[in-house]
Amino acid sequence: MTKEVSMRKKKDENGHSRTGITRRGFLQLIGAGTAASAASPGLGAEPAREVTEPVEVTRLNLLINGRSHRLLVETRWSLLFVLREKLGLTGTKVGCERGECGACTVLIDGQPHYACMTLAVEAVGKEITTLEGLMKGEELGPVQQAFLEHDAFQCGYCTPGQIMAVEGLLRSTPTPSLEQIRRAVSGNLCRCGTYANIFKAAQRAAELRKA
Amino acid sequence: MREERETPKPWKKTEVIGKPMPRVDAYERVSGSAIYPSDTSLPDMLYGAILRCPHAHAKVLDIDAREAEKMPGVRAVIKGDTNGASVEWPYLRGFKTKLFDLYCRHEGEEVAAVAAETPYQAWDAVKAIKVKYEILPFVVDERKALESGTPAIHAGGNRSGEPQTYERGNVEKGFGEADVVLEETYRTESELHTPMELHGCVARWDGDQLTVWESTQGVYAVQARVAEVLGLPLANVRVIGSYMGGGFGSKLQAGKYTIIAALLSKKTARPVKVFLTREETFLCVGNRPPSNMTLKAGVRRDGTLTALEFGCIGTGGAYPAGGTSSVDWLVRDLYQCPNVRTKLTDVYINAGPSRPCRAPGHPQGAWALEQMIDALAEAIKMDPVELRLKNIPLYSQAREGNPPYTSTGLKECLKEGAEAFGWNEALKKASEANARGGPLRRGVGMASGLWIAGGGGPPSTILIKLFSDGSLNLNMGASDIGTGTKTVMAMVVCEELGVPMRKIQIEHADTRTTQYATPSGGSKTVPTEGPAVRAAALHVKQQLLEMAGRELKTEADQLDLKNGEIVSTIDPTKKIKIANLSELKRQGVILGVGYRGPNPDKKVVNPFGAQFCEVEVNIQTGEVKVLRFLAAQESGRVMNRLTYDNQVVGGITWGVGLALTEARILDAQQTGKMVNRNWHDYKIPTALDVPAEVISLPIEPEDTEANTTGAKGLGEPVTIPTAAAIANAVYNAIGIRITRTPINPLTLCPLLARRRKEG
Repeated sequence: MTKEVSMRKKKDENGHSRTGITRRGFLQLIGAGTAASAASPGLGAEPAREVTEPVEVTRLNLLINGRSHRLLVETRWSLLFVLREKLGLTGTKVGCERGECGACTVLIDGQPHYACMTLAVEAVGKEITTLEGLMKGEELGPVQQAFLEHDAFQCGYCTPGQIMAVEGLLRSTPTPSLEQIRRAVSGNLCRCGTYANIFKAAQRAAELRKA
Repeated sequence: MREERETPKPWKKTEVIGKPMPRVDAYERVSGSAIYPSDTSLPDMLYGAILRCPHAHAKVLDIDAREAEKMPGVRAVIKGDTNGASVEWPYLRGFKTKLFDLYCRHEGEEVAAVAAETPYQAWDAVKAIKVKYEILPFVVDERKALESGTPAIHAGGNRSGEPQTYERGNVEKGFGEADVVLEETYRTESELHTPMELHGCVARWDGDQLTVWESTQGVYAVQARVAEVLGLPLANVRVIGSYMGGGFGSKLQAGKYTIIAALLSKKTARPVKVFLTREETFLCVGNRPPSNMTLKAGVRRDGTLTALEFGCIGTGGAYPAGGTSSVDWLVRDLYQCPNVRTKLTDVYINAGPSRPCRAPGHPQGAWALEQMIDALAEAIKMDPVELRLKNIPLYSQAREGNPPYTSTGLKECLKEGAEAFGWNEALKKASEANARGGPLRRGVGMASGLWIAGGGGPPSTILIKLFSDGSLNLNMGASDIGTGTKTVMAMVVCEELGVPMRKIQIEHADTRTTQYATPSGGSKTVPTEGPAVRAAALHVKQQLLEMAGRELKTEADQLDLKNGEIVSTIDPTKKIKIANLSELKRQGVILGVGYRGPNPDKKVVNPFGAQFCEVEVNIQTGEVKVLRFLAAQESGRVMNRLTYDNQVVGGITWGVGLALTEARILDAQQTGKMVNRNWHDYKIPTALDVPAEVISLPIEPEDTEANTTGAKGLGEPVTIPTAAAIANAVYNAIGIRITRTPINPLTLCPLLARRRKEG
């Protein structure tokens, strides 16, 4: 069953465009209320205006790396699942699907978010940036370049998430202290344990961005 | 047949080897263009999910999958009685169970599996399968597994093989000669590998040929297991690894999930992707076994060790899986000691089988031995560095015939490490700071180690294809598990042939297209593959010089290869660019083949190391902060300084995890289930738990015997002494010896409180 989700838009108090669907409404419906602790700030503040079943299919538009994608999704699908398995944007990695490791970190309206804890329908009307979106054509972005130079990874699987966390940090804090860097990537696990190199790469990235 | 070739001489001066080089695949890894097995997506692909036993010990009485089979998107349900699924799964010592066994001996054992159009639908169907279990009594504490009245996991009881014993000299006599004899019990908790990329694969059949894209440390090992279990010719099983997101020993082999993906794919005639959930990886794909250790040690006032007696009870879980592997090795071989006795007892419990975990047995053994050495030093009022220096081994005492090491830098690791760390000043400063009182106490500690392997060896075959424009392909079966193998191998080629790194393209980890290789584990990949790559490069060079000799009408041995040109050593005007060789243009390529030669006879190739750290302990909250670390590692020649230092950083993070944060917790009282099967409750070190200052101090003795590169392994040695060094530093800070991992507020606060009470 396909159902067109109402795309009524309204500006919230932060000036961000919002759809009529809220995280809380979906979480209530799919019985995943316990996951609400990971809800993004500014989301879930309003009651649901639409009621859908989790397996219902809906059409939506997602704005990813500056391109609009029109998609048919089940309302329960995570943004992570849609990015990886439906759009082939596998730069965003899957590590736990429960908001623990940060391998799936993407920017939503410039802020780092776990894509595994974000439903695709929640991301409608927002600007989503993935690792692929940091590239300038085939050229690496400054944070990517800094990770390369400082060997800030081993297996490379947590790396996209680490890079997005650092990118998010530098967008809000262009000259971070070591402590700010540590906190910014503290939600991104690296089992190879290369944190010390990640700290150096973040400092280098801050320089590269200013150059 | 291999023609005889001269063994190349050790490098004297190197152009590329040893320099810090960014990885050849760094661009792919940071841009998102590296396709990991879990990123694989094939047309018409289905998703698999596995139904697992929720009990610690149970017998499956009935499985009703009728409802699940009818659910939307479901294309196949398989269980033990499904046609083709009644295959056997092997453990160590020839022990086998069914893939879907009716007896589930640990929580998470595989009961059935589903393939559906989306993973969401597959999990819906898994939840709809109704299973009747007979719940059986369980045991999940290995210390109780042999007590009478404990439920037996296998018909023969809970002993996993006979206890392993080792003895040299006369331990009783040794203790009699000691001035001080100490005895202590130690315990390290079970750790879970949890690499960032989940375990799993994509499987696809083309007629009777099976292709598997698997996140693995060794494609040939996966191929062998899949062929064995499914009864297929090796040639019909292709395993592709390429990138992989971490393994640490848990991905040396195929998993049951590999077989399940293949069976689901067969049944549906479509490709199937099976990647486990994070929770499943905590239950079913390996662990570092818990170790319960006793150590009695004797020392004379002059620092001579007279006797060591060690015992360990461990468990590989519910099946034979090496629950006590190598736990006693350091006691046997790290220090000079004439009288040593060890006993290892491996038992079964109702928990997931262990798998090799970064330096199997060694960090546990170091936790006991290196804390004991520290305690002995204090007892005889000797500096702990000094006591270790008094007992440096000259040869491997634990091996038959006492073979010497090709190189042992343990002495230099201790001396140069202590100096670079500022050991004496740091000790003094910590003691002065603590004398001033206050809640924050400083401590410094150190420990050393060696790794039982790390020398590599045959077999390995490498192909190098030099094209007529001077660019080349390197073909290698081994996986790069994140240690930088590909980059090191490109550097070896660059060193010998002068071909710039950007003109070297590497094909690897594919059983169909690359050469046979053993799995990347045991810290042996560089010393195994490096010499074979060097031999292949030299084979190319020899053919190139012969070709140029014909073209320049001169002898090949009067020619040399420099910057892409072949130049006469006698008349430098006589030269030709690789790209201008007309014979090469006609021939298309030069193919170089390299093999890994044998290791030196009656010699041992082992890496050594010593580590030093400084900690801060809050005696009010029980928090431990690791402030700085220095690792002096002797792993022979440094191949790539950048990736070398990175291994050091990572190994120390792992040691911080063992010492301070990680412990598998099983509910021994009520359910037998694991209670912290996720990264919220099972804590691996985060960016806030590790020292920002990690100093890597390579100790590089010239090792001309180990292999033709002079390199030994590093990845495992560098995490062996770490946890013990932290424990010693905590003791130095607060005067309480913590013999059980993890040292955290939960374990530390009661000890601090007791001491306050006792004054």
